[in-house]
Amino acid sequence: MNWHSPAEFFAMGGYAFYVWGSFGVTALALLIEPLLLRKRRSEVLKNLKRELSAKERSQ
Amino acid sequence: MNPKLIAWKYASPPYFYPLAGKMIPWFVALAVLLGIAGLWVGFFVAPTDAQQGEGYRIIFIHVGASWMSMFLYLVMAFWAGIGLSFNTKLSSMMASAVAPTGAMFAFLSLWTGALWGKPMWGAWWVWDARLTSELILLFLYLGFIALQAAIDEPRRADKAGAIIALVGVVNVPIIYFSVKWWNTLHQGASVSLTQAPSMAKTMLLGMLLMALCFWMYSIAMALVRVRAIMLERERHSDWVANLEEVRS
Repeated sequence: MNWHSPAEFFAMGGYAFYVWGSFGVTALALLIEPLLLRKRRSEVLKNLKRELSAKERSQ
Repeated sequence: MNPKLIAWKYASPPYFYPLAGKMIPWFVALAVLLGIAGLWVGFFVAPTDAQQGEGYRIIFIHVGASWMSMFLYLVMAFWAGIGLSFNTKLSSMMASAVAPTGAMFAFLSLWTGALWGKPMWGAWWVWDARLTSELILLFLYLGFIALQAAIDEPRRADKAGAIIALVGVVNVPIIYFSVKWWNTLHQGASVSLTQAPSMAKTMLLGMLLMALCFWMYSIAMALVRVRAIMLERERHSDWVANLEEVRS
């Protein structure tokens, strides 16, 4: 085991800013992309449903 | 049905759409499991580096992100090239679906590289061949995305994008071999296909697990995005109108 306490883990041997800056931004990016995609899909589906019901009403 | 016909069948959006939908949860699950394993090995199993202390742990995402940025570019160019030569719609949609994830990994490669360069080299950025060619890769992705977004007619956008994607392919070997061809501040490859790795086995394992995690993540995201693109582009077709998620 590399760490003797949580504080030591978070300190990353003095490189906390660099290590957590890297992992933090990466984690953020990998969380935001799926959320944006979910939004894109739900918007497409919403538009499709609207178009479809408009078409059905006009028939 | 013979295998060739099956391949053609799944190359059409009405068949690929549900197939992709079934595959997504598996790739997400693999990405999560590999990510947990990779982070565990990276933080708790891999030892402290003799020269760089704990700062080296950036490697666990930096290398995977850099590999994916290059690999996804090749995948994007491959699908764009197939779409251009055989006029297959789904191939071009795949190229468009891969691009944003590739751009994100190129950005992460530069970002984590800057955060690694500052404490180790004393500079966030240097105009070194490796860093510069990776920056060009990011611009190629952004150029591809912007060009496609600027053209209203999807098939024309596909063709224009394919030209950028294919011309830009030359940059990928330049990035990869830059540390050999030029005298760069960036270190040489830690892992190569021809030599035994020059690092502790557990460090290598953590790196590979994270790279695999990013790979599975990329497949999942590309499939989610290509499904959205299929719905957008084929919104007037019957198969879209008959989908359960559109009907309900």
